[in-house]
Amino acid sequence: MYWLRRGWAELKNEVFVLPSRTAVLAWALALLVLPYVYGDPYVLRIVTLTCLFAIFAASWDLLAGYTGQVNFGHALFFGAGAYASALVSLNFGVTPWVTVWIGALVATAFGVVVGYLCQRLRGSYLSLATLAFPLIALGLLFAFPDFSGGELGVSGLRRLATTVTANYYVAVLAMLAVVFGLWLIADSKFGLVLHAIRDDEVAARASGINTPRYKLAVFAVSAFAAGLAGALFAHYIRVAGPSTLETALSFQVVIWGIFGGAATIYGPVAAVFILYPLTEWLANFRAIGELRLLIFAVIVLLVLLFMPRGLSPWVRDRIETACPRCKQRNRAWRSACRLCGAPLENRGRSAISEKLKSP
Amino acid sequence: MLQDILVTGLVNGGVYALLAIGFSLIFGVARIVNIAHTAFYMLAAYCFYSLLVKAGLGFAVSGIVSVAAVTLFSVLCYRLVIEPVREHESAVLIATIALALVFQELMLFSFGGHYLGIPSTLDGVVNLAGVSVPYQRLLILVVAALMLVATWALLYRTRLGLAIRATANDIEVASLMGMNVDRVAMATVAISVALAAIAGVVVAPVLVVDPFMWLSPLVTMLAIVVLGGLGSLKGSLIGALVIGYVEAITVFALPSGAFLKGAVALSIMVLVLLVRPEGLYGVVFEEER
Repeated sequence: MYWLRRGWAELKNEVFVLPSRTAVLAWALALLVLPYVYGDPYVLRIVTLTCLFAIFAASWDLLAGYTGQVNFGHALFFGAGAYASALVSLNFGVTPWVTVWIGALVATAFGVVVGYLCQRLRGSYLSLATLAFPLIALGLLFAFPDFSGGELGVSGLRRLATTVTANYYVAVLAMLAVVFGLWLIADSKFGLVLHAIRDDEVAARASGINTPRYKLAVFAVSAFAAGLAGALFAHYIRVAGPSTLETALSFQVVIWGIFGGAATIYGPVAAVFILYPLTEWLANFRAIGELRLLIFAVIVLLVLLFMPRGLSPWVRDRIETACPRCKQRNRAWRSACRLCGAPLENRGRSAISEKLKSP
Repeated sequence: MLQDILVTGLVNGGVYALLAIGFSLIFGVARIVNIAHTAFYMLAAYCFYSLLVKAGLGFAVSGIVSVAAVTLFSVLCYRLVIEPVREHESAVLIATIALALVFQELMLFSFGGHYLGIPSTLDGVVNLAGVSVPYQRLLILVVAALMLVATWALLYRTRLGLAIRATANDIEVASLMGMNVDRVAMATVAISVALAAIAGVVVAPVLVVDPFMWLSPLVTMLAIVVLGGLGSLKGSLIGALVIGYVEAITVFALPSGAFLKGAVALSIMVLVLLVRPEGLYGVVFEEER
């Protein structure tokens, strides 16, 4: 009973005070009950894939958004996870529940290597150099088709679970756990250091932070999450193919990340949940199915023209305001800060109260 | 085989140099990483195809018209899409990616995904040092060389070139000295896309034209630019020749080299970056704070 009351108090004081947190909670609950409310296998399949790509996008955001290491070759980690897990599970007959972790670890190793190689590169150099790594891997895969399956990839993989709903839950739970974990990392002291590295690496070093070590660590963490997503993806669609390493996938994750709002974790996840089902849904229409990528690109362009910082920071600024004194966030329609009581300058609201006062 | 390598490397290097120098110019002046750069090259190839094969115009007319049209179009895209989000670096980045996707899908929709062949501008072969070189490849080489010289002349012998170099060097001081920095950036976009469009028009008869033809030169071009040093024209030229030759050597000398040529070229780029993080001729930018 005590824990129930305590939990309710936490919910009321920490979650319901902010519309964005309420929305996140509602979204997580909706994902968990979806199969009971609407169990259409096609919808579940789309949401499953969306969840896996959401892990991928969130991992990119930790590396690019927080640390400023804008990686153009993030598909390398996705593909490394997919291929490693697929090859181990096929050649040694290991259950996918184990090989998924092996895939993630192999991806981590790739992350450390890439991070080590790119240690001295800055800004655009880093972006353009990282673009090369998945293509090098792709060239090697095509050059040795006996081992990698060449263009066809490694097929005939086993799924993690047998039923549609079980697979759905594997993906949703993995997504919630990884995204929440990444968010915790990003919100911790470690995340603060990452912000510092992005904003001013020289100042961070001058403050006694071993920036190369932090950058390596963040490459490893991000690659681990991306590799996990890749391995789950390969076992879900039962093929680990060259498409997991393509430039298109690397660009796709950059679009998701920036469209949703970099350095937020939840932004890229929201972007995947909006854009991926949208493109799949558009593909259903015969007339515009061929144009779906075009529509996708045009939507991205239009949204950027109006919200250059991305979707989720824009929405958050509409529904929440930061307290001028203690910098805590508040609902936009509050007139005083919920923590320190300082009056909030509200658009609209304050104008109305001015009008009421003036006569 | 040696002669094959020499000729192929030179021709490919010339085309890469046209692309890389244009990309480098935009990056140097406006700090735009223009992913859509090779998409304009693809647009020019399509434009050339439709004017030449569909409309039946002559080679010279269709070539000139397509270069001019693509250049105008790029300025329009710059004004409408890139300029409004110029302050947000990441927004510019995905705006260019999205533009490239838009072009790809538009071409896929209007021409279909199949390969389109374009007849050679010049038929026949010439015998150079024991290798028979088609006139078309010779034409590519000549055009590339002419364009490189023209770009050099424009940059180092005209007032516009002076303004471009000054803006690339220090945008704030250039602005204080009374240069219209926005206008200079726009001129640079036009020049660089014109170079890409010329490359597209001369290369189209050798390659096949399809909506995905922008991806592989994009990667090679980025490798060249990073190898040579971002924003350095000399670096881009030398990088283009290096990568052109490396690719030629891989294709002719290694088994299954056609698959590996990209991997080998990119590995060379990574190796150079390990030794010199700013590329061969790049300048170390002072950290902006």
